[in-house]
Amino acid sequence: MKAFLILEDGTIFCGSRIGADREVISEIVFNTSMTGYLEVLSDPSYAGQAVVMTYPLIGNYGICEEDMESEKLWPDGFIVRELSRIPSNFRSGDTIQHFLQKHNIPGICGIDTRALTKILREKGTMNGMITTHVYEDYAKLLDRIRKYQVTGVVKATSCKEKYEIAPSEPQKAPVSVHTACRPGSLKWRMGEGKHVALMDLGAKNNIACSLSERGCRVSVFPCDTRAETILAARPDGIMLSNGPGDPKENQEIIQEIRRLYQSDVPIFAICLGHQLMALATGADTYKLKYGHRGGNHPVKDLETGRVYISSQNHGYAVDPDSLDPKVAVPAFVNVNDNTNEGLSYVGKNIFTVQFHPEACPGPQDSGYLFDRFIKMMGGKE
Amino acid sequence: MPKNPDIKKVLVFGSGPIVIGQAAEFDYAGTQACRSLKEEGIQVVLLNSNPATIMTDKNIADQVYIEPLTAEVVEQLIKKERPDSVLPTLGGQAGLNLAMELEESGFLEENHVRLIGTTALTIKKAEDRELFKETMEKIGEPVAPSDIVEDVESGLGIAGEIGYPVVLRPAYTLGGSGGGIAANPEQCREILENGLRLSRVGQVLVERCIAGWKEIEYEVMRDGAGNVITVCNMENIDPVGVHTGDSIVVAPSQTLGDKEYQMLRTSALNIITELGITGGCNVQYALNPESFEYCVIEVNPRVSRSSALASKATGYPIAKVAAKIALGYTLEEIKNAVTKKTCACFEPMLDYCVVKMPRLPFDKFISAKRTLGTQMKATGEVMSICTNFEGALMKAIRSLEQHVDSLSSYDFSGFDEDRLKKQLEKVDDRRIWVIAEALRRGMPYDRIHEITRIDPWFIDKLAVLVGMEKALIAGPLTEELLREAKRLEFPDTVIARLSGADVAQIKAMRYQAGIRAAYKMVDTCAAEFAAETPYYYSCFDGSSEVEGSFEAGKKKVLVLGSGPIRIGQGIEFDFCSVHSTWAFAKEGYETIIINNNPETVSTDFDIADKLYFEPLTPEDVESVVDVEKPDGAVVQFGGQTAIKLTEALMKMGVPVLGTAPEDVDAAEDRELFDQILEQCQIPRPAGHTVFSAGEAKKAANKLGYPVLVRPSYVLGGQGMQICINDHDIDEFIGIINQIAQDHPILVDKYIVGKEIEVDAVCDGQDILIPGIMEHIERTGIHSGDSISVYPAPSITPVIEAKLVDYTKKLARALHVKGMINIQFIVAGDEVYIIEVNPRSSRTVPYISKVTGIPIIPLATQVICGHSLRELGYTPGLQKKSEYIAIKMPVFSFEKIRGADISLGPEMKSTGECLGIAKTFNEALYKAFEGAGVKLPRHKNMIISVRKSEHEAVVEIARRFKNVGYRIFATRGTARVLNDHGVPAFAVRKLEQESPNILDLILGHEIDLVIDIPQQGAERSHDGFVIRRNAIETGVHVLTSLDTAKALATSLENRARKRTLVDVALLS
Repeated sequence: MKAFLILEDGTIFCGSRIGADREVISEIVFNTSMTGYLEVLSDPSYAGQAVVMTYPLIGNYGICEEDMESEKLWPDGFIVRELSRIPSNFRSGDTIQHFLQKHNIPGICGIDTRALTKILREKGTMNGMITTHVYEDYAKLLDRIRKYQVTGVVKATSCKEKYEIAPSEPQKAPVSVHTACRPGSLKWRMGEGKHVALMDLGAKNNIACSLSERGCRVSVFPCDTRAETILAARPDGIMLSNGPGDPKENQEIIQEIRRLYQSDVPIFAICLGHQLMALATGADTYKLKYGHRGGNHPVKDLETGRVYISSQNHGYAVDPDSLDPKVAVPAFVNVNDNTNEGLSYVGKNIFTVQFHPEACPGPQDSGYLFDRFIKMMGGKE
Repeated sequence: MPKNPDIKKVLVFGSGPIVIGQAAEFDYAGTQACRSLKEEGIQVVLLNSNPATIMTDKNIADQVYIEPLTAEVVEQLIKKERPDSVLPTLGGQAGLNLAMELEESGFLEENHVRLIGTTALTIKKAEDRELFKETMEKIGEPVAPSDIVEDVESGLGIAGEIGYPVVLRPAYTLGGSGGGIAANPEQCREILENGLRLSRVGQVLVERCIAGWKEIEYEVMRDGAGNVITVCNMENIDPVGVHTGDSIVVAPSQTLGDKEYQMLRTSALNIITELGITGGCNVQYALNPESFEYCVIEVNPRVSRSSALASKATGYPIAKVAAKIALGYTLEEIKNAVTKKTCACFEPMLDYCVVKMPRLPFDKFISAKRTLGTQMKATGEVMSICTNFEGALMKAIRSLEQHVDSLSSYDFSGFDEDRLKKQLEKVDDRRIWVIAEALRRGMPYDRIHEITRIDPWFIDKLAVLVGMEKALIAGPLTEELLREAKRLEFPDTVIARLSGADVAQIKAMRYQAGIRAAYKMVDTCAAEFAAETPYYYSCFDGSSEVEGSFEAGKKKVLVLGSGPIRIGQGIEFDFCSVHSTWAFAKEGYETIIINNNPETVSTDFDIADKLYFEPLTPEDVESVVDVEKPDGAVVQFGGQTAIKLTEALMKMGVPVLGTAPEDVDAAEDRELFDQILEQCQIPRPAGHTVFSAGEAKKAANKLGYPVLVRPSYVLGGQGMQICINDHDIDEFIGIINQIAQDHPILVDKYIVGKEIEVDAVCDGQDILIPGIMEHIERTGIHSGDSISVYPAPSITPVIEAKLVDYTKKLARALHVKGMINIQFIVAGDEVYIIEVNPRSSRTVPYISKVTGIPIIPLATQVICGHSLRELGYTPGLQKKSEYIAIKMPVFSFEKIRGADISLGPEMKSTGECLGIAKTFNEALYKAFEGAGVKLPRHKNMIISVRKSEHEAVVEIARRFKNVGYRIFATRGTARVLNDHGVPAFAVRKLEQESPNILDLILGHEIDLVIDIPQQGAERSHDGFVIRRNAIETGVHVLTSLDTAKALATSLENRARKRTLVDVALLS
């Protein structure tokens, strides 16, 4: 069935409908990862957005449900050049076509995704509509598309109730599919006996998983949990997760994070968590022109000078000029565009990163940061 | 970490002659690296014995030595040039081995030369079997477990430990005979017993069976600071068991999920880190398709064929970056040459699909086994890029230039079900065509997968193509169907054939519906950043990113490349294409290259102003022409591939620059050419043009046997043979007709004489002849397979004058503008023409280098309208160089099982090397040395010549005897030798009981076999078996007495001192 992607600037792409048969307006963003479409689809940080995959052949290895980064699919829409006719992987349990339908995600295929990506790159992220309907009054339609805003997404993606994850059983070869660090290596299980409170702002599974694999017990708290509740659980460390949307929208959470900052508990934050900590301590964030979404971004650890290839998914960034050097200093920088990729908090056991050391999808190179966090909590060397 | 200031002068190794497994990719890597070093102000000393390379140009390196790649030469060179560093990672395995040898002997340390780009320990860890295993175990990377056993019981024990199935490989048996896969102890016992008996050293390797697993490769880079990145991963469509060089490869991997992708990526980065490589590295994996189990097959701690492919597939210049890393830079400090905005420390993201296909030489070696296995057989490869896999595959198929354009090109429709199933079990170069036929008949995917182990995803893609074929046959050809067929890259010709329309109709329909090729950019980053590289590929499902830019006053020229490297059309044409491109740029032209060979320099994106990575067919070229509207195209530098496009270019209205197409035609058309010869009063061997075997036999009998039979329009003597009787003609014409042949067949009188070759540049008026070359071997052996000597050592001034005169006359009569290549026979005082090629030739690079005359730039300038005089050259034959240069052919026979190695009019060599010196003898010795002929070793040789050569062989045998050789000979030959006072031992024939001639060869004590086979197609089976066995056990085999004479000369003179010649100084 014919489908259209209509951008707020009036550009129309004509393709075929995939997934759910419904119309959707959303913010259109592109991701350059060549693998990991399921992890992308199940990443809560995409709530409120429709994702374009720049890699043209999607669905090749079908659906391996254990790779999902949350319980459901979050993007409003999925935009691809071509979906594979058959899936091929020993773990695959479904086709992507059926899976999108099952999860009620509309999408479009058969369009020139490279041309679309170039528009988003040149003009910046914009809204768009995926529809099979032919509209008469375009001016009115574009007005409607333009008005769309991503709101309330953190609350929507966060867990509703606190739950616990026990340390995982020590694993043996072959390598675990979720592992960023190798079982059997010396660092492994260094988190044994440590308790981490994870503030779920729309967290990907592999954050908790990376901790539990290292031997930590993880308590996951909903995003609206009060700081004192978290601190009352007497965690050895606090983890602020990734999440969707404009960080500044989360004023109440920022208040609570400020209280966490004031405690002496070691804190590690990723992505949205990193932005919220910055906002909580007086720095500012801004919206990037078209964001960073993919698995090839080089980030430099300013302490060691080493560059790591990272997994990224963010549309906002911390403004390094807004930092009070007495509070926080840049710890990581993006080598491509010099945007801030991480902060180290002065006099505190707190460090935060914009990228995703939990990978999934993407490179596992910065998984060592979980080890650093565990060390901060006094874990085994 | 900035550049290391101590590095000022670097010695770079090339990889030597082109052989199967080590081809043009190292010229690409080396050239890129040298340019990258020079950019940094480093003085570059280059050593490579291969004169056809671009890296051995004086504008690429500062000092250029075309000398044998041996440790002695390197030592001498280091003492002469005093480099402070050696960069060995760009010259393939040859380069690494040299570095190891020098490091281990302590020579480098003694002479204060450091290895850069790698360390001896790194090389050892990657190359030494045991050390590699140990290193992998240390970091927890699995390798396929294996062990060598010498008796059945311990073999069974090991197999039990490893787990069944196991592969059993007896050591040192011909072509792995006696080995096999055992699924249980019973089978294992049986194979072991047999294998141990067959192995002459009584050893069998027991290895975990990973055949049928997915074969995945990662190209990774690391800098001195420890930063690591992956450039690209690739998936072989053919599972483990077929050499990656012979596999169809796709980039990026298609059937790996993120978990598998990242698991192997992390592994590859761990490996490069542990090995401490600074530069590029290739890691090959076998991945169990049913689990996450994997094992490391191999690590190449250097740039490789795969890294060349990865560079072209992604736009990330691995060799260039590796060279900068060797100087001390970190990845972060190196700029991304494509975006010019970001740095080299990132990972390319593709938004297209890349397919590589091997170019296999079975059209040359008709008798060879087509089976593909762990021994690489491909001479070259093609790459294609498209937005979908099917399209990329279709483009790759038609880029091969093997008369294939779709999945219906090989016809298996006549096979019954059983035979088709059997064919499917065969792993050979036609496998995807067999699968296509199976799909046409509705064989289920899982059945095909079960037999071939090819992933169902790829089988489905082939099914998509088969489905489109069916739809086109069924019709009607709607606009929608046409659009989809083009999206899948069906060429118009195939659409026309299947739908029953004609090509013009399809084209008209397409243009009317606006179905035109669009061009997308290869930008390393999936459009995330704006890029500046003018590197494009076509697709039919998107908008074009190329708008024909037209700069006022700037003319545009289209340079057509030479496609995949194959026997007969090698790297030399890439040399010519690239030099011509540079020369056009100097003349102020905007340059556009179309080519499809990922191994070459010409497909590096910074050679021309624009690079179109596309098949070289009329339709693909026309699509580019439609967008670019060039002012002209040049075809005379791209070998026969480019020449073949002449007619199509004319139809498109693109002027062909240089010699006019009708004159090119005149040189190829028998009748027209005869007229010209008559007009110039130049004799040629009498001959006739015929169209059938009957006519050929009539002509041959009229001329008198022997005759030379060949199809017109050939390169490298493809389908050319000496026939001595009617039977030969019947057999041979049958073969010619197998390889689709639209052109007539030529039957010529075969004249025995000296073969002379001349390359010349003509500006339409004056002619410049850089030099005259003479072949060591008599006529009848293809010029590409002959040892060629410059300047011609044995021609008289009278003959020389005649050669020059004929060359001038011919060039003028053919109105040549640019290059011309002529081959002559000198018999007595007579000079005959064999053939004229109004284009660049195989010998141009070497003659340019030894004479110092920039032949290709000159020819290009002439094409642009300059005269030779205006360019400061005095026309005519140029002064002889004070150096003798001898070009020696190099063969890859040991790699092609079943190929007949005897030389004839059909070219068989894959590459060449050069010996250059002030004396003939030294040059000859260097040439043999460069070709890997390191004699004497055991001082035993076998001579077996046909009766007609008995007299001639005596002197040669005597000379070998005098340098200390013990001679074994077949009975007839031995009798003649003994009668003439050359002691020789008679050996039993093949079919007689042991010890016979074969036992002698297999005894590993023989240096050399001189075997002169019967002429004509009817060759003795015995001779063939002897030659094959000799080649496969590493014995040198000569099939021409002239070559044997030359080798004797070389051995007689080998004690002399070697002088190294810097060819950059020659002028």
